[in-house]
Amino acid sequence: MEQPNLSYIYSMSGGDKDFEKKLINIIKAEFPEEKKTYYKNINSDNFNKASENVHKLKHKISILGLEKSYEMAVDYENNLKKASTVGRKDFDAILQLITDFINTL
Amino acid sequence: MNCIIIDDEATARAIISQLCSNISSLNVLEAFPNAIEAIKYLNQNDVDLIFLDIHMPDFTGFDFIQTLKNPPKIVLTTSDTNFAIEAFEYGCIVDYLVKPITLPRFEKAIQKAESTTSKMVENTTPIDAVETASGNDLYINIDRRLIKLDIPSIYLIEAKGDYINVKTEDKNYTVHSTLKKIEEKLPDSLFLKVHRSYVINIKKIIDIEDNSVLIKKDVIPVSRSNRPELMKRLNLL
Repeated sequence: MEQPNLSYIYSMSGGDKDFEKKLINIIKAEFPEEKKTYYKNINSDNFNKASENVHKLKHKISILGLEKSYEMAVDYENNLKKASTVGRKDFDAILQLITDFINTL
Repeated sequence: MNCIIIDDEATARAIISQLCSNISSLNVLEAFPNAIEAIKYLNQNDVDLIFLDIHMPDFTGFDFIQTLKNPPKIVLTTSDTNFAIEAFEYGCIVDYLVKPITLPRFEKAIQKAESTTSKMVENTTPIDAVETASGNDLYINIDRRLIKLDIPSIYLIEAKGDYINVKTEDKNYTVHSTLKKIEEKLPDSLFLKVHRSYVINIKKIIDIEDNSVLIKKDVIPVSRSNRPELMKRLNLL
């Protein structure tokens, strides 16, 4: 499985360490909240809201360089719009992967 | 160019601010987590360029554009490629950036914005937007039915305890809600709270006396604290 990385953040920062730190802190604060909202909605079968949550989470997936995971998230978001949870297991695994990664930062 | 950023995601706002800092011609005035706050800001400040997210809760980027009478140039920033065609129906939208945004692609968008003259962005609203856009519609919940109201047809909203009375050109509706909630859904350019119990559509005013306005056949009190704002919004001779 592909692994998260900070290449995009480094490319944005141009060596600005303060920005790197600031952005990582924002992600560390925002990601768990978005994840929590997603689980609340998916566990209540609120598929439309859950698809919106996946949409937001997709950005962080891409920021952390998870290209294949991003494609999976796009498919899952589209499935949720049709009230289908196909792809949930893979998506939940991606969230766990990111959780583990940001805990190391 | 003076610009603002509207995105409900803090990560996106930080990234766009950083991208802007790489371009000397850009000056970021503010960054907003929702469109409502931005509308309030734009009522009192001029900006040249807006970086606008499409997917935001309650009020989408397109809803936001519909509320602007003379929108500045807009660069859409989104994780969704599906709205590209719709986006370019708006004359004010100069580019469409898909997240994650890279610096070279961002620079290209700014070049486009800088080369677009203000005359080119005057035509902003798609021809059929008035009929179809959710930006001009307000859905109210009555007896488990969602009833669509045309926002400009609303002329008065009156607070009645736990309810509000919404008066339109055609009909009146009593809705279980608050003035504060409905105020957030209505464009500042049209609506004004003139009293703690009344919000009016300022385009529908017939005349004004010292402490009241006549709107349709209703005489509405204007509180002392709200009167200066009302007078400011009128085109006085």
